[in-house]
Amino acid sequence: MMQKQADAILPLKEISKSPAVLELKAVTKVFPGVKALSEVSLKLIPGEVTALVGENGAGKSTVVKILTGIYQPDDGIILVDGQPTIFPVPQAASQSGVTAIHQETVLFDELSVAENIFLGHAPRGRFGLIDLKIMNKKSCDILHSIGARIDPEQKLKDLGIANKHLVAIARALSTDARVVIMDEPTASLSHKEIEELYELVESLKSQGKAILFISHKFDEIFRIADNYTVFRDGQIIGDGAISDVTDADLVKMMVGRDVSQIFPKRKTSLGKVILQVKSYTHPTEFEDISFTLRKGEILGFYGLVGAGRSEFMQALFGITLNTFGTIKIEDKPVQIKSPADAVENGIVYVPEDRGRQGAILDLPIFQNITLPSLGKISGNGFLKLAKEFKLARDYTERLELRAASFDTHVGNLSGGNQQKVVIAKWLATQPKIIILDEPTKGVDIGSKAAVHEFMAELAEQGLAIIMVSSEIPEVLGMSDRVIVMREGRMVTELNENNLQPETLVRHAAGI
Amino acid sequence: MTISSRTIPDRLRSPLEQRLKSWEALLLLVAICIFAANSFASPYFLNAWNLSDATFNFTEKAMIAFAMALLIISGEIDLSVASIIALSSTAMGAAVQMGMGTPILVLIGLGVGLLCGSFNGLLVTRMGLPSIVVTIGTMSLFRGISFIVLGDQAYRGYPSDFSWFGQGYVWWVISFEFVLFMVIAAIYFVLLHKTNFGRAVYAIGNNPTGALFSGIRVQRIKFILFILTGLMSGIAAICLTARLGSTRPSIATGWELEVVTMVVLGGISILGGSGTIVGVIIAAFVMGLVTFGLGLLNVPGIVMSIVIGALLIGVIALPRLWSVWRAR
Repeated sequence: MMQKQADAILPLKEISKSPAVLELKAVTKVFPGVKALSEVSLKLIPGEVTALVGENGAGKSTVVKILTGIYQPDDGIILVDGQPTIFPVPQAASQSGVTAIHQETVLFDELSVAENIFLGHAPRGRFGLIDLKIMNKKSCDILHSIGARIDPEQKLKDLGIANKHLVAIARALSTDARVVIMDEPTASLSHKEIEELYELVESLKSQGKAILFISHKFDEIFRIADNYTVFRDGQIIGDGAISDVTDADLVKMMVGRDVSQIFPKRKTSLGKVILQVKSYTHPTEFEDISFTLRKGEILGFYGLVGAGRSEFMQALFGITLNTFGTIKIEDKPVQIKSPADAVENGIVYVPEDRGRQGAILDLPIFQNITLPSLGKISGNGFLKLAKEFKLARDYTERLELRAASFDTHVGNLSGGNQQKVVIAKWLATQPKIIILDEPTKGVDIGSKAAVHEFMAELAEQGLAIIMVSSEIPEVLGMSDRVIVMREGRMVTELNENNLQPETLVRHAAGI
Repeated sequence: MTISSRTIPDRLRSPLEQRLKSWEALLLLVAICIFAANSFASPYFLNAWNLSDATFNFTEKAMIAFAMALLIISGEIDLSVASIIALSSTAMGAAVQMGMGTPILVLIGLGVGLLCGSFNGLLVTRMGLPSIVVTIGTMSLFRGISFIVLGDQAYRGYPSDFSWFGQGYVWWVISFEFVLFMVIAAIYFVLLHKTNFGRAVYAIGNNPTGALFSGIRVQRIKFILFILTGLMSGIAAICLTARLGSTRPSIATGWELEVVTMVVLGGISILGGSGTIVGVIIAAFVMGLVTFGLGLLNVPGIVMSIVIGALLIGVIALPRLWSVWRAR
């Protein structure tokens, strides 16, 4: 930690001559016990994309909340077009043309697309009633401008995830935004959808909008950003033009130390076959999935969102029912009709949706960890608290969990630590096969490397791992073999001889 | 320096400290205040036999409330409990007319409760129907059967040894019902707070999807909770019928809401996921003391329900008002 940090700090030079539409000057924000932001200055220029980079908890979200009027700065000023302004309420920020697209923008399934876009600021007609005609027309225009072919009168629930995302963007643009903040917009998108988002960002740029882009993915940042600002511990560590830095520079600034983005090397010594799946089929979600898995192997599943990967994994775990086909574990045929059956047979599943499926956020860490292992920490059905804490401690220690106490609610932990709790919970059941669905989604770089290293360690110890991932570097770096799925079917199986990023993408997209 | 989990403490606040700042502590304070107020208000209150009589105001409802507490923590509800009492009592009354003895009556009482609970449970867990709708339906159904059988008649003539369940005393002023209430309270305390089953109930109430994804057999546990609630209603039916010595179809009318009130007053979140049995025990005493105290002062029944309603809203609103006021 004590290496020369000064190296990393670049001079705070003028980013551009063009006047900023929105600017923070020496903004400080203090919460009880922590200084969330310290003298932060940031300029957003029309027609330029500024990438906001930093580990989870570095202060990125606080900046977004100040820019959108959710928090008030304790010190420093906000300038709009060079004029000092305050945003006492979120409405004030949106009136100044600042709008944000959050990781999970709240949308309403039962309302129409147009109603979602204009909720709260719908055009009014006679008697103050909503003018549906104008609203639908305006929605059409906005959707058209971002290249979305969506009928504004459709109900939102009938749209796919990617289109819902476009509606969220349309909603952000419906307020005549001049500054668009995108908070991890690609987190739930597949490769093709991300490409479309890039095009959208380009078109917003050409319309002269200033864009603040928050992302954990470096390839994205280098692809679309003009400028960068790196946060660490609530301070700006460096900023400037993206063309002046490499990804290694950014990582160094973010973490204050060298973190190799290289994936852990491991000895692959495959053991005997532990799982055999034969022509597994679901009426609507997936069809004819067959593969084998060996002890100590990491099998990657790659595909676009909606390719049926998660649905298939959830079928293996007993959530998705009405499936046909056979599963053999260690050559014994098994029937999995519920997650409890799966756990009994040694199959566990770390879901993508941590908050809803992976963890129970309002229960303490130790109770989350012991939930599937209650039989192990009790005698005749009665809980033994000492055993319970010991189990929690044993399994979190290996993962280097950080928490105030085991009594802390999981909801109060960072994304990375929540993921560690979920993984620890399953390891405590001593499984044979662990399925990881997007294991590092929304996890900061430091924790990401820890999760990867741990996966490698588990595989070396003989655990069989299935990893569903949409991040190409992760799939390439971690897997021994990769199965590519498209539209519910296995398209191909790639091993180290033909595992190339281009091949993956081609098969997944069906080109 | 890396922080390893070796340095993570089990707990930051001791269990004792948590208990002192809890809902249960506040409720206990309310109970003590009501007890004191009652002692001042009526000279007849501080009398062992009168206090013993007071317990009958809550023992039967509380037996159901414990099972209901678990059900509400798991995110479900059963509004048919009072109607189960009616059906169960009617079945026992019919058996009396056929000359059955006390042991058979008890078995019938428990059996009807069990069957009604299973019926609710099956509809909710197998058919995936919302429990509030199912049990509003069975609330009408169970009592409706009772009305068809009895009309404006009543069953009487329960054997004298049967009446002991509602009128008997185990020792001095300690009634059988009160002892049963204490035993059931202890069983539910252990079940909810000390067993795997109870832990699973909390997990389900906090996040049913997360519990399912953690390998908990969610539907099975919910089904058991419905059966338990039905069974407790059967036990309450035995006690109440024995105490009244007769069965009318209108028996225990409106009890479902009093039971739910008791549970919520006890600090069980109506949204599920939190609350304790100790809270429900204290809430049972609070409701019993209030109704009995007002009864001694000859306050009419309708005013009593106003007072209980005000108490419920007051006790639930005060802590929130207090925290809002402190945040300013």
